[in-house]
Amino acid sequence: MSSVAITPEREHYLNKEYGISSWLLTTDHKRIALLYLVSITFFFFIGGFFALLIRLELLTPAGDLVQADTYNKLFTMHGQTMIFFFLIPSIPAVLGNFLVPMMIGAKDLAFPRINLLSWYLYIIAGIIYLHCILTGGVDVGWTFYTPLSSGFSNTKVIEAGVAVFINGFSSILTGLNFVVTIHRMRAPGMTWSRLPLFIWSHYATSIIMLLGTPVLAITLLLVVFERAFGLGIFDPTRGGDPLLFQHLFWFYSHPAVYIMILPSMGVISEVVPCFSRKRIFGYHFVALASIAIAVIGFLVWAHHMFVAGMSLYAALIFSLLSYLVAVPSAIKVFNWTATMYKGSISFSTPMLYAFGFIGLFTMGGLTGLFLAALGIDVHVTDTYFVIAHFHYIMVGGAVMGYLAGMHFWWPKISGRIYPEGWGRLAALIVFIGFNLTFFPQFVLGYVGMPRRYWQYSQEFQVLNVLSTAGSTVLAVGYLLPMVYFLWSMRYGKLADDNPWNATGLEWRTASPPPTYNFDETPVVTWEAYDYENMPLPQEVTLER
Amino acid sequence: MSEHIIPTRTYYLIWISLMCLTVITAAVAFVDLGQFNTIVALSIATLKALLVVLFFMHLKYTNEKMSKVAVISALFWLVLLLALSLTDYGWRGAGAV
Repeated sequence: MSSVAITPEREHYLNKEYGISSWLLTTDHKRIALLYLVSITFFFFIGGFFALLIRLELLTPAGDLVQADTYNKLFTMHGQTMIFFFLIPSIPAVLGNFLVPMMIGAKDLAFPRINLLSWYLYIIAGIIYLHCILTGGVDVGWTFYTPLSSGFSNTKVIEAGVAVFINGFSSILTGLNFVVTIHRMRAPGMTWSRLPLFIWSHYATSIIMLLGTPVLAITLLLVVFERAFGLGIFDPTRGGDPLLFQHLFWFYSHPAVYIMILPSMGVISEVVPCFSRKRIFGYHFVALASIAIAVIGFLVWAHHMFVAGMSLYAALIFSLLSYLVAVPSAIKVFNWTATMYKGSISFSTPMLYAFGFIGLFTMGGLTGLFLAALGIDVHVTDTYFVIAHFHYIMVGGAVMGYLAGMHFWWPKISGRIYPEGWGRLAALIVFIGFNLTFFPQFVLGYVGMPRRYWQYSQEFQVLNVLSTAGSTVLAVGYLLPMVYFLWSMRYGKLADDNPWNATGLEWRTASPPPTYNFDETPVVTWEAYDYENMPLPQEVTLER
Repeated sequence: MSEHIIPTRTYYLIWISLMCLTVITAAVAFVDLGQFNTIVALSIATLKALLVVLFFMHLKYTNEKMSKVAVISALFWLVLLLALSLTDYGWRGAGAV
């Protein structure tokens, strides 16, 4: 990570100090955010590499590129890398770390050193996981299902489990830091109902991180104990219950989907009002919908287990509750759409990603309702329909939101403007590539192609070829922003403090911000999203 | 903020109590009490958790509402986990999907 000298006369967080130790020992939340940015980008490309190998293998019906065992490792390590080392830390640890203190008018997070500790825990976990990958890998699926993981697999389950366990603590510490910061460090006048919705969604996310992650940690520890010492917890031959693992695992891992999507929703709630030049429709509904998602999200976990052999009574209850969790998500989608109604909409890159998010998340959410219906779930469980569904949420939703946020706040983070034309092109490529990759998988699953096999029947080939072609388009779409973001750090136009004329506090300080964010503690006297009283940004004025 | 200072002696006493309770848990596991084995083990575990929360986590000495909210939320979530899991375990015999 090299610093960028932008305005030598003005000191900011990037040029205050130089040298490796100034980064590795920093307690500045903005620098830690950038450390996370580099680390998660690294893991994103590792996970992406596995994804491309999976898609290449599935180009033809025969299992001809890799062996079946290797394929099992590929989809396992793709899932674990993407979920634990990219998606869960993505928006909270990068954009959240950078923006939470700035948006509430604070100088830093409540516990700056714990913040750095969380990055180190992430790196330790990442190194252990990389070692696991390089010395043979793991093949139990990202879900670590027992008794395969605790008894039968002969791959590096313990190492992967330990990596995820340690990574969990990084997540817990980030969540703890956000909760305390949001409670304790708001600037004068920044009341709860003036908080940006990005903060509300991060608050909800932090609650999930704090209450859910310990359950995953202890569950993986139990798997490790059963595997290493033969304790009978999940293994039925030793008096254990394999479904107990699934209950405990999904108690965290279903809410984990909301750890991925809630921060993305927070980004969209910032982007949509800004590029519609309107106050958000139904502020309190959107804010409380985040909390509702965090709470109800904990009550639906067993819809992952409808065919696993649990009781019919439980299945009925969890089916009903799963329908319920769609309500707050739908409230958000309707409110974003209503915000755009009669707004002065501009099609800048962050807004294009926001459009992508709303459409793709809605598709992912609605197909989730298919899966909440017991009858359809039996038909499509463990097929590509499920793969398509959760990629529409995690990639079409979470990653789209992450990219929207990266583009929206890049001028603040780097002090430079990215090339808008390339930005729009990349957004379009990502949208097309994504749909080409994953839409055929809905059809594939519905007509019966199972997940997690390295070969398939001839009749599925056309749709698989489409999907593989889409994945290469998607890869180009993801590489482009990385290239032009790096390019813009040196050659991009200098950004002024508020290039989008947005209302948040983070836009009322310099770009890039000074080390302590604000020269004077701001006093907030206005409501959130007060766009009626903000002038249009220059670019938007020109376009209209 | 609570600034109560706890003497080191208290910490040692609590730690020794926790160790003793661990030994008792292990010892009781070798005595056949029928279904009471589980009840005894869980009761001791609850007592240990209580000691940790009250003394090591300073809950006994705090008047902060937020600390209490945090503890109540954690307990509530545990109840959610157990109660909803029991909709499965309590009705296993009633058939599966």
